[in-house]
Amino acid sequence: MKLGLVIDLDTCVGCHACAVACKEWNDASKVAGPLPDYDPRGAQPSGVWFNRIRHYEIGEYPASKTVNVPMSCMHCEDAACVTVCPTGASYKRSDGIVLVDADKCMGCNYCSWACPYGARELDRNAGTMKKCTLCVDRIHDERLPEAERQPACVLACPTHARLFGDFDDPESAVSVKARGRDGFGMLAELGYRPVNRYLPPRKPPAVETSSEPLTENGLLESLQSLAARVIGR
Amino acid sequence: MRPALSVIFFTVLSGAGLGLFALLALAQAAGSPAGLEPAMHFAGGTLAVALVAAGLISSTFHLANPRNAWRAATQFRYSWLSREAVLALLFFPIALAYLAAVRLHLPFALQTTLGLTGTALAWAILLCTGMIYACLKTIPRWHTPLVPAAYIVNGHLSGSLILLALAAADRKPTGAYVALVLIALAAAGAIKWLYFRRFGPPRVGAHSLSSAIGMTAAQAKLLDAGHTHGTFLTHEFVFRLGRDRALQLRALFFALSLLLPAVVVALDVRSAWVLASIALLCLVGLLIERWLFFAEAQHVVRLFHGQQAV
Repeated sequence: MKLGLVIDLDTCVGCHACAVACKEWNDASKVAGPLPDYDPRGAQPSGVWFNRIRHYEIGEYPASKTVNVPMSCMHCEDAACVTVCPTGASYKRSDGIVLVDADKCMGCNYCSWACPYGARELDRNAGTMKKCTLCVDRIHDERLPEAERQPACVLACPTHARLFGDFDDPESAVSVKARGRDGFGMLAELGYRPVNRYLPPRKPPAVETSSEPLTENGLLESLQSLAARVIGR
Repeated sequence: MRPALSVIFFTVLSGAGLGLFALLALAQAAGSPAGLEPAMHFAGGTLAVALVAAGLISSTFHLANPRNAWRAATQFRYSWLSREAVLALLFFPIALAYLAAVRLHLPFALQTTLGLTGTALAWAILLCTGMIYACLKTIPRWHTPLVPAAYIVNGHLSGSLILLALAAADRKPTGAYVALVLIALAAAGAIKWLYFRRFGPPRVGAHSLSSAIGMTAAQAKLLDAGHTHGTFLTHEFVFRLGRDRALQLRALFFALSLLLPAVVVALDVRSAWVLASIALLCLVGLLIERWLFFAEAQHVVRLFHGQQAV
């Protein structure tokens, strides 16, 4: 199994609902929680998040486009964060999910240095590294209705820009979607084989426009033509 | 990268200790006619082990959860950090046995066997320390063999200066020790010069923001990072150092760690106090160099925070 996400950069509106849903679920999770906040109502609010959305402008105005890029753990096939971990706290499961065993972590930050995506954040209160679990305590929970056995971020997305599934199955929804839309892995040149796939924005269909040249009418001409029409009547 | 002070002190102090230990043991095994008297040899070895121990203790201060530090010995097969920890744990019994053998005047063969085993471990530890940084593809400025080379050579540079001071205090001919210092100075200067030369405008094949987010048709720029104040990521990876300040600190490192010892050695100064002060100033210079090593390193996560290329 190779569980991961497809994230559609074409339909993502950058609303941060996925990040908030992630924070809510994992804060209460026994696997990863709690997710601390530091100075949440003060002047310098900060805290641990597994999913962060950044907003970019591509090109120069007016020929520009805003792209919202949510980023969380890519659950790499060759996860450097796992191999560099000196204590064995970081590990990769057979279903592809990369997790941190808090009971083994010594909080040395080394795995966060090895991750190119900024997917790992230190919990200053617990002294251990934390990261996206792909909601491992949701997706395999058979007490939940099958439609809800998905990561919280996927369920929360209002534009369905996030899909969850098994990339090992070539006919799964994520595999089909990633294939059909030229999904790419971020910073793939580093060789860590990220599993998550990002779908680039599509070219919007051309809007039909009139081929007649527009006439530039000034205020005076408008008044004259208005007067002519009124008189003509 | 945010300079982690405890790691900086650790690598500079234990580097000096490991370099000093290796050079002491090698000088003894080579049977140099200028070899130190046993009492001074023992004092030097004790200083070396103390420096390594001080460094290792310092390194634990940057752990957020030091209770699990013992587990760092478990991943020897995969992690350079774990290798460093295991070899450091092996180094102490060997080094202490060596010191005991020197102190108790045990047979010379036993002393040199222990000394050379300790030397091999010291070299392996220095290599591991360098590889901890050099193996990270996410920090291109560190991803070069120059990094472990610098860790090994800088350890021997500071070690050789301490050894020279010890030899002067022992009123021994210092020629062989001066030669060691000069070799270390030349190697350290060359490695660091090559290392700094790699920084410049982004090279071909560097990682860019546009390619990282897959938007290669036009240049991308950050509109909003999604948080109002700093995060763990900006705190740890988005350390900013002005170009002028960086150049000043580089100059200070070259002056303290390379130029000053070269001048003093060239003037054939024999005073142990002067040489000890020079060794201390060299360590200060190496602390600056190690601070710069972090401050100037750029992690690829800076791309997502708006930097155009890393």
